[in-house]
Amino acid sequence: MRKGLAGQRLVAVFIAGLVLLNYPILSLFDRPQTVLGLPLLHVYLFSVWVALILVVAWIVERGAR
Amino acid sequence: MLPGWLIVGASFAYLLLLFAVAYFGDRRADAGRSVIDNPWVFSLSLAVYCTAWTYFGSVGRAASGGPWFLPTYLGPTLGLTLAWLVVLKMIRIARSYRVTSIADFVASRYGKSHLLGGLVTLIAVVGIVPYIALQLKAISSGYALLVGEHDPLFRIESQAGWWQDGTLYIALALAAFTVLFGTRHLDTTERHEGMVAAIAFESVVKLFAFLAVGIYVTYWLYDGFGDLYARAAAVPELHRLLAFDGAGRLGYGGWFAHVLLAMLSIIFLPRQFQIAVVENVNEQHLRRATWVFPAYLLAINIFVIPIAIGGLLHFGRGTVDPDTFVLTLPLAHGQSALALLVFIGGLSAATGMVIVEAIALSTMVCNDLVMPMLLRSRRLDLARERDLTGLLLGIRRGAIVVLLLLGYLYFRLAGEAYALVSIGLISFAAVAQFAPVVIGGMYWRGGTREGALAGLLAGFAVWVYTLLLPSFAKSGWLDPGFLEHGVLGLEWLKPEQLFGLTGLDNISHALFWSLLANIGCYVAVSMLRVPTGPEATQGALFVDVFRSGAAAPASFWRTGAEAGELVPLVARFLGQRRTEEAFGAYARSHGLQQVSELKADPELVHFAETLLAGAIGSASARVMVSTVVQAEPLGLGEVMDILDEASQVRAYSHKLEEKSRALEAATAELRAANERLKELDRLKDDFMSSVTHELRTPLTSIRALSEMMLDDPDIDVEDRQRFLGIIVSEAVRLSRLVNQVLDMAKIESGHAEWHNTDIDLCELVRHSGDATLQLFRDRGAELHLHLPESVPTLRADHDRLLQVMLNLLSNAAKFVPTGSGRVDVTLSCDGERLRVAVKDNGPGIEPAQQPVVFEKFRQGGDERSRPQGTGLGLPISRQIVEHFGGRLWLESVPGEGATFSFELPLKSAAGEG
Repeated sequence: MRKGLAGQRLVAVFIAGLVLLNYPILSLFDRPQTVLGLPLLHVYLFSVWVALILVVAWIVERGAR
Repeated sequence: MLPGWLIVGASFAYLLLLFAVAYFGDRRADAGRSVIDNPWVFSLSLAVYCTAWTYFGSVGRAASGGPWFLPTYLGPTLGLTLAWLVVLKMIRIARSYRVTSIADFVASRYGKSHLLGGLVTLIAVVGIVPYIALQLKAISSGYALLVGEHDPLFRIESQAGWWQDGTLYIALALAAFTVLFGTRHLDTTERHEGMVAAIAFESVVKLFAFLAVGIYVTYWLYDGFGDLYARAAAVPELHRLLAFDGAGRLGYGGWFAHVLLAMLSIIFLPRQFQIAVVENVNEQHLRRATWVFPAYLLAINIFVIPIAIGGLLHFGRGTVDPDTFVLTLPLAHGQSALALLVFIGGLSAATGMVIVEAIALSTMVCNDLVMPMLLRSRRLDLARERDLTGLLLGIRRGAIVVLLLLGYLYFRLAGEAYALVSIGLISFAAVAQFAPVVIGGMYWRGGTREGALAGLLAGFAVWVYTLLLPSFAKSGWLDPGFLEHGVLGLEWLKPEQLFGLTGLDNISHALFWSLLANIGCYVAVSMLRVPTGPEATQGALFVDVFRSGAAAPASFWRTGAEAGELVPLVARFLGQRRTEEAFGAYARSHGLQQVSELKADPELVHFAETLLAGAIGSASARVMVSTVVQAEPLGLGEVMDILDEASQVRAYSHKLEEKSRALEAATAELRAANERLKELDRLKDDFMSSVTHELRTPLTSIRALSEMMLDDPDIDVEDRQRFLGIIVSEAVRLSRLVNQVLDMAKIESGHAEWHNTDIDLCELVRHSGDATLQLFRDRGAELHLHLPESVPTLRADHDRLLQVMLNLLSNAAKFVPTGSGRVDVTLSCDGERLRVAVKDNGPGIEPAQQPVVFEKFRQGGDERSRPQGTGLGLPISRQIVEHFGGRLWLESVPGEGATFSFELPLKSAAGEG
């Protein structure tokens, strides 16, 4: 049961990642603004990346217990 | 500027360290304390994905396209989230069926086909050898930069002769390493613990080196991320690096294609398959790798953009090659030691890739290219050779050396050519061709050998035409004219705008067309026919690997062989000692002491075949085993068994559903029966209390009058006569009641006796009218009979029907108003049934009361106005009529009287009897 749930969560994360890191969502962040002096697009890409890693880590390590 | 001997010395010292780590790993493995049995080591070893191409090239791509280096790393991050589903299944399949390479995987899935294995091997070699060359080039140019063989713009000036070329020696050293740790012995699982340990170690080294140069550039030369970005924003030509598609080349479609490409290559690159699937010790390690490996990729990429910006700010665009920024930036600032560290990092990235790729490819070449040819050639009689382990190891070692030398040769020939520089993504696109047949093979039973062949060939052909040939043309090895005008001047055949498709970069364009052709041919050709026996068997094994679990598909070989023949056969390929160990363990697990006690049942044959498959590939193993086992391929019935497994399960669940439906229906019936029983029980109770009540009333009056007469002997004769009269009439009523109750019980239980005769209903109605005439006269009512001339006779019990008529007439007589009553009896016949209606002009019956009058002891009207009667007359009448297949019913409008009618069929089953 737990394993099945983790699998579903991973698939959901995969789809979410695919959507967040592609057109058209990605294009929303391609603007000449800066966050703390860093370009918005770069901050967005790396933030999504970090978030994906954290969520996946949470899912698999939780399931491992 | 560093002296050459120092760099060469450091490089070889590093390689020695690698040897030491690998040696340590192998020793620990032999001692049973594996160092790589650890999720962190597994995750780090996956980082063999980061080659010199990414180590140096990421900065180069960031310098030209801004964030466009990222898809190569975002793809694996996304891909690995699905690893727990897809890669886990591959690992389980590989472990269950001893699959040792991606070629073997494909060959084994589609009926153990030599042809498919060979084709996959060929595609892998064509796609990967240039990639190996690229690694060697990275080492070579790094070395040249460090020793100062370059002009002020860090362009490498001259190339020495091959005998002076350090790269050759590096390639040879790598070959030696790979031979030592990759082909130490023949193993049925093809696991190389020492090699994996060394790869994990290399991943740490390259990450450390890259982070070192990143921190140096970002925080030493400049003042952190903010500073670098602010400076870049100030320079117009750097400004576009900060936007998504500053160069305006690729667009979002290209971005998606690159993400997809990297996602596929993280699984299908031979080296990734080798590390993630074949070398995997414990499938639970995959769990942690799904986030540790992406985290590693993130870490190694954080400083890519800062280094690119720093390099462009320092050197300006169009001078120094951005691919070399990680080396040239420290060199330009006189940091030779840091540059050496970075070089070692690049060396580790390159060697890691070369080693694993060489092992993976050599396994493929040996098992899926050379072995099948040897098995086919008649001159080399394999069946007579004693020990073939040496031959096998020799083939693998030879393959490794040849592959590395091929890589070196390509590097020497291609030099700075486009075909080499751009090979990274091109080779990703080549291995992406494996995706449809592998993933399709794992989830779809319908794929066939021809389908897989067609898909791979079509995809590969499109890849060659749209990527490989154009890269040759751009290198000047082919006439570049066909890029512009297409083959034979056909515009729609332009390789980078096939069918006039524009708006995509060459990689996305090629990926789209090749995967389209690949998947299309795979699916379409597979659907031309149903899978054959071996294909269906393997398909079921692969698709249902999680379900079949440990149960061996023992039914593969049906005719028994001699165990004495199997063991030597396996020993010829695996060596005597390992074979005896393996068969010994197998015998013990079956509770036998000696290998010689083993019976060569299908399970043992399958075990032997699996052992062989690990060493020489599944297709060759099948051929070898068939030399000693008189193989009867699976019978049609057995194939159908395997195929029908799913449909059986479906049938079972269908049956279960049906049963549960039947149970539900039964439950509902039982519940209804229970309700009826309860109702009957209640009716019985009512009946009993009604009967006793009805019995008590006459009894009470009889008893009271008798007691009066007993107590008072002086009662005069007149009163006595009257009392006795009442007693007699009450006794008559009592016995009539008892008779009726008995009657009712008899009829209901079916024990009543029926004396059937032919009855003329006219006569019967007239008779009943005569019998009740006095009753009507007493009430001052009129009785009219409306009878036809004659009606057909009816077979029924005369007395019972008379009972019904008398009951209806006496009822009518009771209810008509005194003095002005009128009752009409009508008899009619419609040819099939006879109908009698008794109509009175009494008060009528309320609709709510109408059903009640047919219940036992329930009389119409309220308690007080109720006339004399037992309350059983109508129920009994109805029972009688229904016994003869007719019906008795009531129509009434309150205030206008009531009509009781009954109908009897002329022919009825009860009447015949």
